[in-house]
Amino acid sequence: MSELRTSANQPIVDVRNLEVTFVSRDSTVNAVNGVNFTLQPGEVLCILGESGSGKSVTLRALMRLLPRQAQISGCVTVGGKDVLSLTERKLADLRGSEIAMIFQEPAVSFDPIYTVGRQITESIRRHENVSGAEAQQRALDLFERVQIPSPERRLRAFSHELSGGMRQRAMIALALACQPSVLLADEPTTALDATVQIQILLLLRELQRELGMAVIFVTHDVGVAVEIADRIAVMYAGRFVEIGPTKKIINSPQHPYTKGLLSSTVNSSSRGKRLKAIPGSPPDMTQLPIGCAFGPRCDHVHPACRAQVPAETQLAGVDDYMVRCLLADGPLELT
Amino acid sequence: MTGCGVPWISACKGNVLKFRTGDDTNQVTEVNPDLLIVEGLRKYFPVQGGILNRTIAKVQAVDDISFIVKTGEVLGIVGESGCGKSTTARLLMGLIKPDTGSVTFGGKLVDDSDASALREMRRQMQMVFQDSYSSLNPRLPIEDTIAFGPKVHGTLTSAARARVRDILAKVGLDPSQFIRRYPHELSGGQRQRVNIARALALEPRLLILDEAVSALDKSVEAQVLNLLVDLKKEFSRTYIFISHDLNVVQYISDRVLVMYLGKIVEIGSVKDVYENTLHPYTQALLSAMPSMDPDRRTESPPLPGDPPNPINPPSGCRFHTRCPYSAPICTTREPELAGGITQRHSVACHLLVPGSGHPKAPAQHVVK
Repeated sequence: MSELRTSANQPIVDVRNLEVTFVSRDSTVNAVNGVNFTLQPGEVLCILGESGSGKSVTLRALMRLLPRQAQISGCVTVGGKDVLSLTERKLADLRGSEIAMIFQEPAVSFDPIYTVGRQITESIRRHENVSGAEAQQRALDLFERVQIPSPERRLRAFSHELSGGMRQRAMIALALACQPSVLLADEPTTALDATVQIQILLLLRELQRELGMAVIFVTHDVGVAVEIADRIAVMYAGRFVEIGPTKKIINSPQHPYTKGLLSSTVNSSSRGKRLKAIPGSPPDMTQLPIGCAFGPRCDHVHPACRAQVPAETQLAGVDDYMVRCLLADGPLELT
Repeated sequence: MTGCGVPWISACKGNVLKFRTGDDTNQVTEVNPDLLIVEGLRKYFPVQGGILNRTIAKVQAVDDISFIVKTGEVLGIVGESGCGKSTTARLLMGLIKPDTGSVTFGGKLVDDSDASALREMRRQMQMVFQDSYSSLNPRLPIEDTIAFGPKVHGTLTSAARARVRDILAKVGLDPSQFIRRYPHELSGGQRQRVNIARALALEPRLLILDEAVSALDKSVEAQVLNLLVDLKKEFSRTYIFISHDLNVVQYISDRVLVMYLGKIVEIGSVKDVYENTLHPYTQALLSAMPSMDPDRRTESPPLPGDPPNPINPPSGCRFHTRCPYSAPICTTREPELAGGITQRHSVACHLLVPGSGHPKAPAQHVVK
């Protein structure tokens, strides 16, 4: 995991100034407003954010899986290819073979009228020149790898015949069919029961280690992020407000939003105490405040915060740690 | 937390008893301790199919459950999807009819033979649902939504309006700003506050919260949990708090009831259930929670497989297919909730009952 990152590898994913807006006749939704990050091969990055923070849109932009009214700008490179300028055909080659995605609702991600086995072999044969029998064998191996019991029978099943946990395992098998180097996971455990969620998390962690994949994992659940991430990016109103190694973010968060998010999350020691909730609610993405988007809810807000969006600041003395807050820089010593 | 020191007293249905409240006070209060008594409640939903559309199977949603809710306490109900938490809530409210079993609320048996009594019972028992949007009428401003219930129950329009303003302020929404708004103009957290206000407007004795904070973002969830704790202090109401989130249930509840496939597997005080966990399923649920500590990540899943289908639940103990301590007796005989509903902490597991036939069962009686 982390030893891979210290080597001077080329990043497998490089995102610069990513902006996504959804334009309709009535309004313009600024879903993503300048996201920058790189991902090394074999690294697990968690994007942590609340609903509407733009985390899923960021993820989909990496594969250009957005509806037509979405306007994407910036630069997205995956495995050396500029995703935003690829032709549809080249894009289809990239999807599935280089970069694949698993979704929150595996029930709607599979086609209900074909068996899951057929959908996996179809994906393999779309990208690689192999015989039907060979693809079938690969699908069987994949089902064994994701620990589906009686895999031969399950390959012939339709998605509605599988239980929730089993369907998510099948979805992971489908995503891994062509050994992508980047796996995108959009809240893959949110719809699952607690005892199944932990199984899927551990499975993903194990597969990631074995195959050396890079993973971008989107979640709203701090606990899930802590279980799986090497690095965590905290997202608010379409921007990364903080990104750094998991331990650092959890043990000493810098951005007031991250602090608020962690202190408002109920844990076993909160009983009998009043929860430190963040006042107010997330901003309307059609009318973002001019300065820091968290300003209206922030305890430490300063006039300078309302003037302009804080720049990405590298935290002094810590490698690989970015914060978008004027406080982190030091000039505004406030309490 | 209020009510955590309420001592358990032996079941005396509907009787007015003298009992002590609080850990350190000697204050003797006269109250009816058991607000709600549930006995042998069962609900099977028929599954229709085939060309004649006959009943081909039954979903055993809630199967023979009994418990008591005492006045002023918060009873948490936890379990995975399909375990019957929400069906239980709907049965208590009388929104669906049980196949067998009885619900006694405030000393009176709930049934539909007496329409006016049922109506009064419904006023005293209110519910808040998970989906804050679909539980509000999109065509009514929130003032009308909240005033609707009191008006139906005979409050004059002007008095109902006054109550709306009062209650909105209590749930943290400025009345002058919000009364004319429609549900779509509110955020999720604000809508859930409106739902709580709507439920409280009838001054219920029991508030059933069915996954009421599950759809909210964490920062907003904390606001609503704080609000629920404040309202409880102010009005000393009784809550049934249904959730799949063990942390939230631990935070807000006095007692916890754990369900698995329509059965109660464990019930007891928060301290007993979380710190002296007895049932293997509860233990698994607790260890399936993410650790929140990057240095101590979970290494192996506590349970294999998915929960079985409630249409055809396993024989004997319903948990035996996933239980690490399963023995032959578990596949054939169904364990009973040890000691019945009056125990402080009771659990349905052969492993803990002496002489149950489980090879690892203790020789002496250990379940208190």
